[in-house]
Amino acid sequence: MSASPQSEHALGLLRQLLRIRRFEEACVELYSATKIRGFLHLYIGQEAIAAGAMAALEPDDAVVATYREHGHALARGVPASAVMAEMFGRAEGCCRGRGGSMHLFDVSRRLYGGNAIVGGGLPIAVGLALADALQHRPRVTACFFGEGAVAEGEFHESLNLAALWRLPVLFLCENNRYAMGTALERSESETDLALKAASYELPAWPVDGMDVEAVEATVRRAAAMVRGGEGPVFVELRTYRFRAHSMYDPDLYRSKEEIARWRERDPLTTYPALLRERGWLGDDALAALKAEADREIADAIAFAEAGTQEPVADLERFVYAEELPS
Amino acid sequence: MSETTATPTRTTTTYRAALREAIREAMRADERVFLMGEDVGRYGGSFGVSRDLLAEFGPERIRDTPLSESVFVGAGIGAAIGGMRPIVEVMTVNFSLLALDQIVNGAAALPHMSGGQFSIPLVIRMTTGAGRQLAAQHSHSLEHWYAHVPGLKVLTPATIEDARGMLAPALADPNPVLIFEHGSLYNAEGELPDPPPAVPLDGAAVRRAGGDLTIVAWGGSLPKALAAAHTLAGEEIDAEVLDLRALRPLDTTAILASVARTHRAVVVDEAWRTGSFAAEISARVAEDAFYELDAPVERVCSREVPIPYAKHLEDAALPSAERIVAAARRTVGRGG
Repeated sequence: MSASPQSEHALGLLRQLLRIRRFEEACVELYSATKIRGFLHLYIGQEAIAAGAMAALEPDDAVVATYREHGHALARGVPASAVMAEMFGRAEGCCRGRGGSMHLFDVSRRLYGGNAIVGGGLPIAVGLALADALQHRPRVTACFFGEGAVAEGEFHESLNLAALWRLPVLFLCENNRYAMGTALERSESETDLALKAASYELPAWPVDGMDVEAVEATVRRAAAMVRGGEGPVFVELRTYRFRAHSMYDPDLYRSKEEIARWRERDPLTTYPALLRERGWLGDDALAALKAEADREIADAIAFAEAGTQEPVADLERFVYAEELPS
Repeated sequence: MSETTATPTRTTTTYRAALREAIREAMRADERVFLMGEDVGRYGGSFGVSRDLLAEFGPERIRDTPLSESVFVGAGIGAAIGGMRPIVEVMTVNFSLLALDQIVNGAAALPHMSGGQFSIPLVIRMTTGAGRQLAAQHSHSLEHWYAHVPGLKVLTPATIEDARGMLAPALADPNPVLIFEHGSLYNAEGELPDPPPAVPLDGAAVRRAGGDLTIVAWGGSLPKALAAAHTLAGEEIDAEVLDLRALRPLDTTAILASVARTHRAVVVDEAWRTGSFAAEISARVAEDAFYELDAPVERVCSREVPIPYAKHLEDAALPSAERIVAAARRTVGRGG
């Protein structure tokens, strides 16, 4: 096996898939052990989207995500230790324990949350893009949301305004087919989301969200269009979450057969197989990558365990800004 | 000997024009400031506040939006995070309910949720209040809903000086600031010094000093409170009128200091009495000035009804100078 830029890049994508999966598997155990509380929404099954999309974005692009955003934060480069410490509610967490699983922010990486109001992030993404447009900065704001958000007014208001003002927003709709327990066809009269988005006069197309390379390629193409001043673009990423909506969800609304069918397309199985076929990955290399992910997450857990508690005296800190941003 | 005393120039203006001049001044001073909202541009603002600004600043900075309160308020949040200094105009507080999520779950919460990684220097202006026969969907006073929420600042300019002066410090504030313009005040005329004085963002102001009771008011209720005080003066009841100017942060110190002087309080609030901001003020007085009081605190609020259209019904629903006078008489033991 010889390394090439292509194979190195592919292994980088696989590395992201592995560490996101390992992180969340650890979260399940830590939830059972009551180290993590509150709502915990797992991304397991959808990792190819965060891994592929983040690989196609630039460091000064902005990212707005949802409450199912562990993968986005990790793939964007937020250290696993800072994310895990946040899950533990520690002062060392990326939001000093004030956000938790659903609200991961890292302004140094232009990650603006972590919004747990379905559709709530879209207007903010439009505004971030407006600021870039007014200041003539060739940046993209990538806005991730689920297909459930398509039913919210914000979806329609935001696509309309972004298209009307030709703002540099990349709308990335992760269609995992269920808004909590409500299937898309039970909530939408038109289930072709790209068609629906295209009615706002912006380019829109679907892509296989289980194929990390397809995701990266399409986000790269879409981001180039947005950055080039062509206005917003909408991409529907077709995917599936293997786990329940949250730790409280008994998963009664879909069949085991359906879940099993989608699991056959698990990117953590299919992508290593593809890389083997190409001769870019062998058993030893895969084992080494897995061990690397295991180590990183074990270190993150140790970091979170050793973390401190934010002083209660600081409870009301950050409700109001302490200084004017420059 | 002739004497030439330098007197500051004074110009006659209106509350509306004062708001407009404040926007104009802010936009001239800072390229990052822009105004967006429904009909702020070509139409000139639904209440005429932004008339002529489009011609001076152009459509990039005076931005007409679709009727999409949630996205244009949310876009203000995002633009503020992205380094701009947006002024978002929402037509009325009733319409702001369509953007309530962005204001309460977004603007107020995001900075804290992020552990203070960023702030949201955003100004949202909107009309509030009744008195113009606009019926129940254009007339409500809901500024106290926003005053309930930590993370927001809530201003209620009642005078021309505050209409002219509050915007600059609001834009300089790193936090989301909501400015409530009472619809009955837009045509109010008065004089302003030229240049206009700088005003603080918060801190209540005694608009009329008096020793017998304190009338607490803000926004559109201030003229009614002053009219009531004038009537009371004819009955040798000397009312102090305290204009709160801001509901959050609330200048509790000024309220308590005034009550400590007068020992009686009447709170005027155009919102409904149940769950009103008048209830908050009454509670603070009860908590911290209980032994100063010589009479129960009186509240003059709107009747518990969606504000009706017909003039006589609308008038009956709202606080009036007469109702304030009657409440004041009761606190000094001259009521019926």
